[in-house]
Amino acid sequence: MSNKTWKEIPIGGLIIEPGNSVNYKTGGWRVFKPIHDPTKCTNCLICWIYCPDSSIIVKNGKIEKFDYDHCKGCGICAKECPTKIKAITMVKEE
Amino acid sequence: MRVAMTGNEAVAYAMKQINPEVVAAYPITPQTGIMQKYAEYVANGQVDTEFLTMDSEHSAMSATIGASASGIRAMTATSSNGLAYMWEVVYIAASYRLPIVMPVVNRALSGPINIHCDHSDTMGCRDSGWIQLFSENTQEAYDNAIQALRIAEHPDVLLPAMITYDGFIISHALETLNTYEDDKVKKFIGSYNPKYPLINPDKPVTYGPLDFFDYYFEHKRQQAEGMINAKKVILEVGKAFEKEFGRSYGLFEEYRMADAELAIIVLGSTAGTAKVVVDMVREKGYKVGLIKIRSFRPFPEEELAEALKRIKVLAVMDRSLGFNGVGGPLFNDVRAALFGRNPDIKVVNYVYGLGGREITPNDIWNICNNIRDINLTGKIEKTVSYVGVRE
Repeated sequence: MSNKTWKEIPIGGLIIEPGNSVNYKTGGWRVFKPIHDPTKCTNCLICWIYCPDSSIIVKNGKIEKFDYDHCKGCGICAKECPTKIKAITMVKEE
Repeated sequence: MRVAMTGNEAVAYAMKQINPEVVAAYPITPQTGIMQKYAEYVANGQVDTEFLTMDSEHSAMSATIGASASGIRAMTATSSNGLAYMWEVVYIAASYRLPIVMPVVNRALSGPINIHCDHSDTMGCRDSGWIQLFSENTQEAYDNAIQALRIAEHPDVLLPAMITYDGFIISHALETLNTYEDDKVKKFIGSYNPKYPLINPDKPVTYGPLDFFDYYFEHKRQQAEGMINAKKVILEVGKAFEKEFGRSYGLFEEYRMADAELAIIVLGSTAGTAKVVVDMVREKGYKVGLIKIRSFRPFPEEELAEALKRIKVLAVMDRSLGFNGVGGPLFNDVRAALFGRNPDIKVVNYVYGLGGREITPNDIWNICNNIRDINLTGKIEKTVSYVGVRE
């Protein structure tokens, strides 16, 4: 983030530029990291629907990767992955 | 036009002339009279306001904040515990820099429960980032409501403003006042054109995002600047008001201060009583003057010290208690203003009128006697006195 002075920023804590939340990297908050196993995954995309941070990147209908810059490690994807499949495991960050 | 109105009716009338797009209401004595009257204006089609009847004061302030952020004028009003219940969002209104104007009819805070006047309610949020203008009478309450809007909306300020007046003493008592023509008031307040309205699809903005150690401090610094600038703007708007409507307003009013050696500082309706007493003791040869603070926030520190530079003994009258083991809130601010500026002045505090306890000319006469004695003997027996409490 830039370090602007109080005279250079909009008042009231307003964000006046839309769609800039991507600039705020929330990946640093993570304690557990989701790991995807493509050999088990059926690409049902339930995790993609549930991910609150849009951090599951899908390409051509298939899960390609996690966006670790923004994934907060909440574990919802691993929880929602169907019981019989369990293609996502949460691993403690080193 | 010369009319007779209660304080609440006069403020409701000012609101009618302001004609805000949204008014959010929740009843509490002694404020209820404002919204009762305003609801009548709405029902009669005399205003264009969307009138929201809310489920609490917290909701009323929240709705006012939402409406104001959307880019329009929005108002609410309250008293006492209603203001206390708003407290969380009162701070948010100031932090978002929303120029909301809110009449607060001063009433003692619970408990024990009490509906009568003291200043403990607005003193409770004196550092919440709101401008606070006190009114001596119905005329001033009406005039302050009009001026507060222009002060709050000034681009160098952009802070919400409370206009306060004493519960029952002003809110419910019938007084004559001069009201001004609708088109003149409309012209005086102008239109509100916020830079970043929340509802503008062409220019979307976010209000209230997370703000951590990297920028929160900068936003608070900006807010402090708004309050510092408010002092200059209050004076400018006061001058413009005088030009248009013939009544002059500053940060405080000086009454018979030119040659005074002793002085009383006071807020609100008690100033009226105290002026009468000042005239009476003047006839006895006491050189007493009076300062009535209008702008309590921002606090006119330097200006006050300047106005008091020839004063030897000063009585600060507080209609609320600061439970800090020291004295009332006005006393603390006045003493801080004098520190390092007026080294020889003696300052004493008179706490009075809590929970609507009557303050009489006789009480104020006694205060004048006390400060005269302090001046003669050079001795302060009690720094803080409680006027009218049974010992």
